[in-house]
Amino acid sequence: MPLFLEIIVCVLLLIGGLFLLVGSYGLARLPDIYMRLHSPTKASTLGITGVLIASMILQSYLQDFVSIKELLITLFLLITAPVAANMIAKTAIHHEIKPLNKTRGKALVDSMRNRDNPPK
Amino acid sequence: MRFFPMPFHSLMLFVVWLLLNNSVSAGQMVLATFFAITIPWLVKDMRDEHPKIRRPFLAIRYILMVMKDIVVANVEVALLIVGPIKKLQPGFVAIPINMTSDLGITVLASTVSLTPGTVSAEVSKDKTWLYIHALHLDDEKALINEIKTRYEAPIKEIFGC
Repeated sequence: MPLFLEIIVCVLLLIGGLFLLVGSYGLARLPDIYMRLHSPTKASTLGITGVLIASMILQSYLQDFVSIKELLITLFLLITAPVAANMIAKTAIHHEIKPLNKTRGKALVDSMRNRDNPPK
Repeated sequence: MRFFPMPFHSLMLFVVWLLLNNSVSAGQMVLATFFAITIPWLVKDMRDEHPKIRRPFLAIRYILMVMKDIVVANVEVALLIVGPIKKLQPGFVAIPINMTSDLGITVLASTVSLTPGTVSAEVSKDKTWLYIHALHLDDEKALINEIKTRYEAPIKEIFGC
């Protein structure tokens, strides 16, 4: 395998791994559930994308033709991640889990639970 | 079109199946054809009517813009996570939306979840308000304005709704 390909794959794996690590770290570090939601939906999508693109380059080289299934996996991930985050947020709201005290717009939580318009 | 109630989806299933298996052997072709015919036939009664994409080029530009924003948002969120937690100012925001189509609202909510430090949480019953949670809320007005001009306006134009 040529050196420059190895370097590209390594760099992509490192970037992907770094973002996945930061995403997991955020999950452990952030104080409340609504804030924790942010780290798996964002930091992890880029991390997984980096790893998958590295895999795509490596597989394309080893098999002698372009391997596109990693791109499809990325696409499915991009479609499903926001839905999962949305469902977790909804569940938290319906379980009446209190957001952090300093959160702005806490008054909106009640109208969110009932799917009403925000109070004037 | 009795055998192909959803011709576009049939073609997509066929191609995606072959791509996932990375092969064009006869056996996989038969399987792909089987799926391309039966799956649309099974789900054709469960579908809602969706608006068509009116502006394909704008749609492509929108996808590219969102991809760029995802990368920027990822870096921003990563920095926020590693930085001082005490300084973060989370907040809920209600964004007024005026879209009639469910698909448009779904696309907008997903985009909001994937991009700048915000996760969409709920839509009001009459579909006029989108509730989001921001990891770090500096200026509520600016955030609402950015989402409305940067994401909502192109989506409305793409679906013509």
